[in-house]
Amino acid sequence: MHQINCPWCGPRDENEFSYQGDANCRIATQSKAPEEIEDLLYFRPNPKGLHKEYWHHVSGCRQYIIVERHTLTHEIRSARLARSPQNQEQS
Amino acid sequence: MKYSELSLLREGITGHKNWPRAWRDAQPKKRYDAIIIGGGGHGLATAYYLAREHSITNVAVLEKGWIGGGNVGRNTTIIRSNYMLPANTHFYDFSMKLWEQQERDLNFNTMVSQRGVLNLFHSDPQRDAFARRGNAMRLAGVDAELLDKEQVRQLAPRLDFENARFPIEGGLFQPRGGTVRHDAVAWGYARAADSRGVDIIQNCEVIDIIHEGGKAIGVSTSKGPIHADKIGIAVAGHTSQVAKMTGIRLPIETHVLQAFVTEGLKPFVDTVITFGAGHFYVSQSDKGGLVFGGDLDGYNSYAQRGGFPMMHHVMAAGVAMMPSLGRVRLLRQWGGVMDMTMDGSPIICKTDIGGLYLNGGWCYGGFKATPASGFCFAHTIAKDEPHALNAPFTIDRFRTGHLLDEKGVGPNPWIQ
Repeated sequence: MHQINCPWCGPRDENEFSYQGDANCRIATQSKAPEEIEDLLYFRPNPKGLHKEYWHHVSGCRQYIIVERHTLTHEIRSARLARSPQNQEQS
Repeated sequence: MKYSELSLLREGITGHKNWPRAWRDAQPKKRYDAIIIGGGGHGLATAYYLAREHSITNVAVLEKGWIGGGNVGRNTTIIRSNYMLPANTHFYDFSMKLWEQQERDLNFNTMVSQRGVLNLFHSDPQRDAFARRGNAMRLAGVDAELLDKEQVRQLAPRLDFENARFPIEGGLFQPRGGTVRHDAVAWGYARAADSRGVDIIQNCEVIDIIHEGGKAIGVSTSKGPIHADKIGIAVAGHTSQVAKMTGIRLPIETHVLQAFVTEGLKPFVDTVITFGAGHFYVSQSDKGGLVFGGDLDGYNSYAQRGGFPMMHHVMAAGVAMMPSLGRVRLLRQWGGVMDMTMDGSPIICKTDIGGLYLNGGWCYGGFKATPASGFCFAHTIAKDEPHALNAPFTIDRFRTGHLLDEKGVGPNPWIQ
């Protein structure tokens, strides 16, 4: 059982959250070339190691959290709000 | 040695002391015509068909661990070909035909048991969807029968037909579906490939793929470098990791799927049964244990183990379908890692690097495909072009839009 340290609610069990995928993915727009859309929509780095991913705290504060988690050990390195200014800049 | 009633009798009366090894403990040569990375079911089947169909016998199968230790020994042993999209229907039914002749082909008892696969439905719209899939299957020459509630009751009387939330209205039945003993599939292909000259090399991890001028020429391994004209990758679960050695990027995420076995019981589940109101599938092994599974754990993972939330979810679905499971004790649980592609269908194709071929992206449905996957991958490697059956399974389909999204869930593998 993962325990995610929600920035609003504190440490909560995994089953309060809904996984929402790789947080490096960006929204593809139609103005892009097919190769770029393919890249944005479908290709994944799929690391065996630290992975940045969205978790929706659906049974809690309902915020989207960006969690940095190891895909082999399941160790959670960090959890922060997806809408924080720091993440807005990155996207 | 050919396995037969005579050999069994002879060994039986002499105390089973003289059975030879099923395959040699080969050490790598410096050079092969073809190398298959990955000694799972698909890799071994590929080597077998390279030798049998294309007379390419100077082949090595390189396995990081031991034969039967990966996903070929971790699945729930189900075979079926109840798909709707034409490319999948034809490919998986070809696989079913190869299963039907496998024991004779391999001279090995893989315990192919066509006990039928029953998909339950619980509402009128679901009946419509299943009828549509059944019709698509029949048009493609695959067996499918739409059963009503009473016919399902005949087949599986212990289901909860009166479930208040999800009453069972009927099922889509594929009589040719069933189960196969998965370890025997690995051993049978390994033995049959070995007897045709293939070297099966265990504990030999590929560290890098050596390529020069857009052409693959060999691999570096934990047992030293090995050269080859052609290299096939068949390492589903870790395809991204191996492909990364050559800079190939893939529409794949790795996820973990659990499987479960209960204590041994007297026979009471005669077919493979799947729940239509949750993800749960169950069959009963010849030893008596119920073998079952459900959804992916739902987050990227390379860990070959599962978490409790999904265990709880799977058990809840199982008990909803068959309340008598509630008193049964769980004996074993394990996890395997899956290549989840962005449309839920596999990849068997050439790559941009000459002499390098890719077989992966099997999602959680690779076991049933083992024979056809090996057959088609061997063809792709030997002829340097895909067989008609695997021609749609390219990486290019994600760029051209020719996706094979059987479930229609889009690029969200954690909900596939």
